[in-house]
Amino acid sequence: MFWEVFVALSEGFLVSCELFVLTLLFALPLGLVVAFGSMSKFKPLRAVVRTFVWIIRGTPLMLQVIVIFYGPGLFFGWRALERLIAVLIAFVINYACYFSEIYRGGIESISKGQYEAGQVLGMTKAQIFFRVILLQVVKRIVPPMSNEIITLVKDTSLARIISVVEVLFVAETYLLKGIIWPLFFTAVFYLAFVGVLTVLFHFIEKKLNYFRV
Amino acid sequence: MAFLEVKNYRKKFGDNEVLKGVSFSLEKGEVLAVIGSSGGGKTTLLRCLNFLETPDEGTLVLGGETLFDASEKAERAESAIRQKRLHFGLVFQQFNLFPQYTVFKNITLAGMLLAKAEYRQKKRDFAAVLAAAPKEERKKLKAQQKEILAEIRANQKRHIEEKAESLLARVGLSEKRGAYPFELSGGQQQRVAIARALALNPDILCFDEPTSALDPELTGEVLKVIRGLKSSESTMIVVTHEMAFARSVADKVIFIADGEIAEEGTPEEVFASPKNEKTRAFLQRSLAAGGEE
Repeated sequence: MFWEVFVALSEGFLVSCELFVLTLLFALPLGLVVAFGSMSKFKPLRAVVRTFVWIIRGTPLMLQVIVIFYGPGLFFGWRALERLIAVLIAFVINYACYFSEIYRGGIESISKGQYEAGQVLGMTKAQIFFRVILLQVVKRIVPPMSNEIITLVKDTSLARIISVVEVLFVAETYLLKGIIWPLFFTAVFYLAFVGVLTVLFHFIEKKLNYFRV
Repeated sequence: MAFLEVKNYRKKFGDNEVLKGVSFSLEKGEVLAVIGSSGGGKTTLLRCLNFLETPDEGTLVLGGETLFDASEKAERAESAIRQKRLHFGLVFQQFNLFPQYTVFKNITLAGMLLAKAEYRQKKRDFAAVLAAAPKEERKKLKAQQKEILAEIRANQKRHIEEKAESLLARVGLSEKRGAYPFELSGGQQQRVAIARALALNPDILCFDEPTSALDPELTGEVLKVIRGLKSSESTMIVVTHEMAFARSVADKVIFIADGEIAEEGTPEEVFASPKNEKTRAFLQRSLAAGGEE
């Protein structure tokens, strides 16, 4: 019995992991794009991006999942997206907005002198950003990013709201059959995964300790 | 015509006119000291020379080539400015070393990037030559080109690294080549910054209050390095509060007050017998404050 439940939960958790990895894969770079938008010197663009970030950060992620899944059908009569895709889109947009603010904070914390040093040495804007600024930003944002990424692990459970069969959904099917313990057991999966991430982030922090900003 | 001719540089930030028409000239190998009280426009002048700020008016001619003319707006493209910047080096008050790179890499980084761009261009040129060549010769030509390119790359690298080594020796930090900036004292960091600026062979090396961020006991080593550069005929512009240093090193001194040159001349003229009332007051103040080396 335990083994059977464990396998079922594992399969559910695999879906959670898939959502987690794909969200990061898209949201990390997209966040950088959003961050540049919110720092743009072109005021209308900046206003649009900042308003968008406000809306996304200002509404529940659960609501966003529901809107992305049911919205197209309700408002335009389109065919609904595949469930996992809908969740993924909502997650990517949501997390990109949160990441963008962390990036922005990191980028703006780098002294102007670093850019100017690059400029007087004849570097291009891209060279300055990628060769000089980026690693300093990364070093500064590892702690807030690790927070956000750990939150994402647990947010994957929101996918359940549109019946994506992730680990909590699986546990609930047992609950309906009168078996309670699998629900509590899901915590073990989350804890183990977050444990691994914690070690990983600690490792990255240590790796970046060779210099100081 | 002098090596460097700056004419009528004007710069406004909003309503605040920081430079009100500054003109001066400098011969090759000369050292110019720029003195004056804080907020007088010294740093802005230096930033304008390095194209970190764009003057509203004025022209700059270096070695007969007009590098800046405020009336020609077209010449403001990023790549054009980048080329022009390379004529000038700048050593910052706050050093601004790149913290994630070793001392050595700080000095070589920009040179390596420029070399890479040059190499890529060469590669493109070669590809064009190859495409134009008759088919039967292509194979041989390609092999030749490959050899030449490899040699260019190796030469570039060797050249840049040798230069960096010799510069490190010159600023007395050879044994620190593998250290990271945070492991160095302020004086050492500034000496690395000087080496970094020299690595690109600028025509004119500018210093923006190079010792102002240092503890008093560390200023000596930095000033000594700058003094050492004088003998090797670098042309330099030094914005400084170190009056004794300015007096002993400079060939020419300009005193800037309220965005204008209030006094200029040899160190003897400016320090021993200042004509302008403002200069006299300023020199008295800095002497009283003990602003000596």
